[in-house]
Amino acid sequence: MNRCFQIHPADNVATLLAAADAGVTLEVLGPVPRRLVLRESVALGHKVALEDIATGESIVKFGARIGHATQPIAGGTWVHLHNLASDLDLRSATLDHQSGAPTDTSSAYV
Amino acid sequence: MSELTAPRSWSGFLRPDGRKGVRNLVLIVYTVECAQHVAHAIAGGEEQVHVIGFPGCYDNEYAIRLMLALARHPNVGAVLSVGLGCEYTQPGRIAEVVRASGRPAEWFFIQQSGGTTRSIERGKEIVRRLRAALEQGTARVPMTLADLTVGAECGGSDGTSGLAGNPVVGAFFDLLVDAGGRAIFEETVEMIGLRQHLLARAASAEAATQLAAAYDKAVRYCQAVKQYSISPGNFAGGLTTIEEKSLGAFAKSGARPIQGVIRVAEAPPGPGLWLMDSVPDEHFMQFGYTNPNDTEGLMDLISAGAQVVLFVTGRGSVIGSPIAPLVKVTGNQQTFRALEDDMDFDAGRVLSGEATLRQAGLELADYVLRVASGMPSKPEQLGHREYFIMYKHQETPALAAGCRA
Repeated sequence: MNRCFQIHPADNVATLLAAADAGVTLEVLGPVPRRLVLRESVALGHKVALEDIATGESIVKFGARIGHATQPIAGGTWVHLHNLASDLDLRSATLDHQSGAPTDTSSAYV
Repeated sequence: MSELTAPRSWSGFLRPDGRKGVRNLVLIVYTVECAQHVAHAIAGGEEQVHVIGFPGCYDNEYAIRLMLALARHPNVGAVLSVGLGCEYTQPGRIAEVVRASGRPAEWFFIQQSGGTTRSIERGKEIVRRLRAALEQGTARVPMTLADLTVGAECGGSDGTSGLAGNPVVGAFFDLLVDAGGRAIFEETVEMIGLRQHLLARAASAEAATQLAAAYDKAVRYCQAVKQYSISPGNFAGGLTTIEEKSLGAFAKSGARPIQGVIRVAEAPPGPGLWLMDSVPDEHFMQFGYTNPNDTEGLMDLISAGAQVVLFVTGRGSVIGSPIAPLVKVTGNQQTFRALEDDMDFDAGRVLSGEATLRQAGLELADYVLRVASGMPSKPEQLGHREYFIMYKHQETPALAAGCRA
């Protein structure tokens, strides 16, 4: 079975231990073992929401706040630059959601 | 420690200043970019001759302190310093300081040695003489983990780094500290968001004050330069925010109390776990980025006397280091397989359930012991010796007062 890892009991996201496709049932390893249906494809090392998270709510990993939700996030969906923002680093919100490549210096390449 | 399989004691190299090394190297130090070609040509084809240098013509106290710390590193037995002849940084002064540590050291200017070809010949003649002296005259000394200083940093991090790569290094650091050794972790700019976590680990009130000052400076620095220590590869690997990356990076510090904060070119004043602050201090000149690349951070750790350095990667990395062997650890088994030539240690077995964290920490300790007793690490085998010395400004009152070195 595809697996993801929840580090701390307070976490509302888990990390994929191998890439998995939409519709797959994931085994959630860690302090609260359970299962979760993945609603979209998620890559190795990326995060999946363990529960529904409202706009502005904390995203918690390692038992600590790693930022806030910028839109409603349904349990089982991918959590990344498109729906999670740092509380400190404003530039990260401008990066390409898939590759992480900067978009604010694109004009310098022409 | 009963599960360690590598010998717990090995024969190291005793320097006249009492420091104990795990390699017996001649180091060439060039003092301006103009001397770089000659310095590398001297080292070309020679065994156990490494090169570092500073590209700037205008000197800088930070860069000079860094070079002097590297030139008197425990793994370095002798030094040749090579200058062009115009630059502010003085190769003769470097040789003088190195000689005061009891190590043989020589120097020359290329302008006074007849240019490229004759300087290379002169340099090779010197380096061979220094090597012969080291091979005949270096005292050997028994070493254990208590004599080791190990530094760790991470780069090319992904979602596995905080789950496996860094925690395994943390487990090894706990073993090293318990055995009386010195462990150094760095990258205060990758502790952003963790102020309370960091202070909770302070070994003393003084350490807490130092940690708070280092943390607050790192935040001011990142705010001022509008750049946090997170890169496109981190994002592609699943890390979304600097806070998330920080939590993963902090895991490499293990669980032992933090004794205090040291700065670049400063050795830990006692055993235990130490945080290195490599962030520039506020200064009238803005000296760019704190750790512009991974190699810069490794140089900082080596400058603190680390005889072995660890590098944790998720995405993969192919760097090495001069002076101190680099051991590359990855928590990503795909990366371990894809970059097999370059990766020393597979920490991803913790995620696949093949090893516990403690077991992986012990195996890493075994590996480090083997490298310390002479086994070449993967980057050493491949000849990787990247270095990077930059302009920066750091106040070092402790060094100026001469109470630490």
